Amino acid sequence: METALSSLATILPLAADDSGFHAPSLADFFPPAVLFEGTPFEINRIMIVRFIATAALLIIIVLAAKRAKLVPGRGQVIIEMVMSFARKGIAEEILGERLGKKYAPVITTILFSVFFLNITGVVPFLNIAGTSVIGLPLIFALWVFALYLIDAVRALGVGGFLKGQLFPPGVPKFVYIVLTPVEFLQVFLLRPATLTIRLFANMMAGHLLLALCFSATSFLFFHAAGGLKVAGVVTLAGGFAFYLLEIFVAALQAYVFAILTAVYLQMAIEPEH
Amino acid sequence: MKGTTPVDITGNLAVIGYGLAAIGPGIGLGILFGKTIESMARQPEMSGQLRSTMFIGLAFIEVFGLLGLVTPFIFP
Repeated sequence: METALSSLATILPLAADDSGFHAPSLADFFPPAVLFEGTPFEINRIMIVRFIATAALLIIIVLAAKRAKLVPGRGQVIIEMVMSFARKGIAEEILGERLGKKYAPVITTILFSVFFLNITGVVPFLNIAGTSVIGLPLIFALWVFALYLIDAVRALGVGGFLKGQLFPPGVPKFVYIVLTPVEFLQVFLLRPATLTIRLFANMMAGHLLLALCFSATSFLFFHAAGGLKVAGVVTLAGGFAFYLLEIFVAALQAYVFAILTAVYLQMAIEPEH
Repeated sequence: MKGTTPVDITGNLAVIGYGLAAIGPGIGLGILFGKTIESMARQPEMSGQLRSTMFIGLAFIEVFGLLGLVTPFIFP
């Protein structure tokens, strides 16, 4: 056992030099530019993946809307199920009947687009999530941030909004010394920042896990010596399990992003609850 | 100690840091899921509401683990 482990420890770094064990690295997320190099409109592999995901989303939704029938087919049933889940299960459950109806389109849009951009991480040949670089999650988070700021100020006025957020009622006066700065950080920095980090770090970690498992499998099968080839079976099974996990994570993160959008809107617009 | 070769330990201390940072969210998620399951068993008719609240809690806890993951990139 001990010799096997120590040989594993010595073979892996040695092999990295000559027979090609490529551990995944951060370079995966910054591929070379394909078009318009050096301009702000630089197109690289991840941008192309994002375009494909967006196009797929648009095509699927437009086709489903065009072919919508009174008696729905199988595809229409799936899309309608997700849409009614976004409306009933997320928007109306958290925001209530009236606000839920108003924000259901936003929440449905976020749920669908985040899911489609996440799922590219497990689609063969695309292999990287469109949301695994910080730019896109940042845009989504800033959208949510602007939405709850603007709508809360519109509904409650600047004074009412700040009072509801920074001085929550039902707390002894002296607690505000501690509570107000924390709440200020929460509303203006931590909520959008954590939305961004949660999404992109999840997708980044997922890609690194999958790439590590499968590159280790390829290395162990084709380059490793004798008995070590058996270890490749373990990494292959691990990679397959993580693949399934990543499908689940893609859906879960889309759901979490949508539900947190609803929660933040609710906290900003109806702070007394 | 005869016969063993000293091993050069190389790598980044941040790896150990992340291991430590993952303990907290791990405990937190354990408590969260355990309590939710307990509540669901006690009151199955509340499961829908409990589940969505659980996912909100999961999002808040999970972000601590992920902050640990991105910190080495921000402060190398």
